[in-house]
Amino acid sequence: MSDYNFAYLDEATKRMLRRAILKAVAIPGYQVPFSRREMPMPYGWGTGGVQVTAACLVPEDTLKVIDQGADDTTNAVSIRKFFARVAGIATTEATAEATIIQTRHRIPETPLTEGQILVFQVPIPEPLRFLEPRETETRTMHALEDYGLIQVRLYEDTARHGEIARAYAYPVRVEGRYIMDPSPIPKFDNPKLHNAPALQLFGAGRECRIYALPPFTRVESLDFEDYPFTASKAAGQTCAICGAEDSYLDEVIIDDAGGRMFVCSDTDYCATRCAAQAEDAA
Amino acid sequence: MHLTAAFQTPPLDSARAFRQVLDSMARPGRIVTLDRVAAPAPCSPAAAAAVLTLVDGTSPLHLAGAHAGASIQDWLRFHLSADLVERHMAAFALGTWEALGPLSHYPQGGAEYPDRSATLIVECAELRAERARLAGPGIETEAWLSLPDVAALQENAARFPRGLDLIFTCGAQLAALPRSTQIGGR
Repeated sequence: MSDYNFAYLDEATKRMLRRAILKAVAIPGYQVPFSRREMPMPYGWGTGGVQVTAACLVPEDTLKVIDQGADDTTNAVSIRKFFARVAGIATTEATAEATIIQTRHRIPETPLTEGQILVFQVPIPEPLRFLEPRETETRTMHALEDYGLIQVRLYEDTARHGEIARAYAYPVRVEGRYIMDPSPIPKFDNPKLHNAPALQLFGAGRECRIYALPPFTRVESLDFEDYPFTASKAAGQTCAICGAEDSYLDEVIIDDAGGRMFVCSDTDYCATRCAAQAEDAA
Repeated sequence: MHLTAAFQTPPLDSARAFRQVLDSMARPGRIVTLDRVAAPAPCSPAAAAAVLTLVDGTSPLHLAGAHAGASIQDWLRFHLSADLVERHMAAFALGTWEALGPLSHYPQGGAEYPDRSATLIVECAELRAERARLAGPGIETEAWLSLPDVAALQENAARFPRGLDLIFTCGAQLAALPRSTQIGGR
């Protein structure tokens, strides 16, 4: 720990990140540019989230890191070990014990509380990017609230597929103003963004953007009156390990004959339920 | 020239101070305590902690009124290499409400880059959860804060997404008012 400055980054970098985070909180849903630093991991491995987490960490924090809901995957384990080493902070796999949770593409099933900060790793922060590749144009579109294009895109989905065919990174409108990409979380998680008691911060390292949802912020998933938003998951399935009906499920291929099972994507939620069931049985 | 110290352990003290400031900005009206550093008079401990945590040579600072005294200038230049500028250039400003002057004199941010606006650190004689009713992002139902000038701050909020963000300090106490907060009077 003594070999590194607290939380790895130098103080000037943390000041820059902290200024960007405060502006992001003050303008919910707006993407604040920041000057990214090279991190000891490649882009796509959560460098944006890591820089936001580093700027927010205090020595008293307990950090949880998840990758697609799981605490035990390579990305999650390596980021957790990174911060344990460079910040000397405590780590946990239990959602309720964590004060900062860095996440790749999921929101934990256990409801978050006021004292927690959720840090999202974001690959492409611009919700309009695949409709308009030019940054100068998307910036003007946000400035003018010119969001017709994305509504047309959703309409084309309904015309072609009979529904809005977006399963993840489902765009949301924040406080009736900015349209925001919630990062590639499944749309099952979108309702958890709305009126959340926890502060939610988004870091996109490669794209140099930070944005935020303060607690208790109005977050609406885009939809139409006749095609309302639905937070869907694998229909009619329950977790093969803990039997949960209410959690988001991963489909796992288990043999070469087409066999498959559905299990909770949130490993802490699943393990906690299994432990409770074992206790009840005993 | 005699210079007083800044944070004793800058990485840890500024991290803790930032979490307090972040908490106050994310929950407008919440009053937090920052008492780990003393700055030359008349700068309060809370304002000193906020400035040390956020300002450096790349974020121009305007000092207003009594806060532009030589001892504060020397202290900020030594500890932060602060770039001291006029109002229209400022990313941060420090002073009393009266000394800071009209909000319109500070950068408001543009329609395309609303983040390029100033953050004012306003030293107050008192800071209490009363008088003006606050609502909006960060506030579950309602919050209250003793604001210096409700009409001017309502006008600021009406510029959203442009506009200034404000940090109010009084002794070791600090509260924040981002531009996104609607102010209801009374």
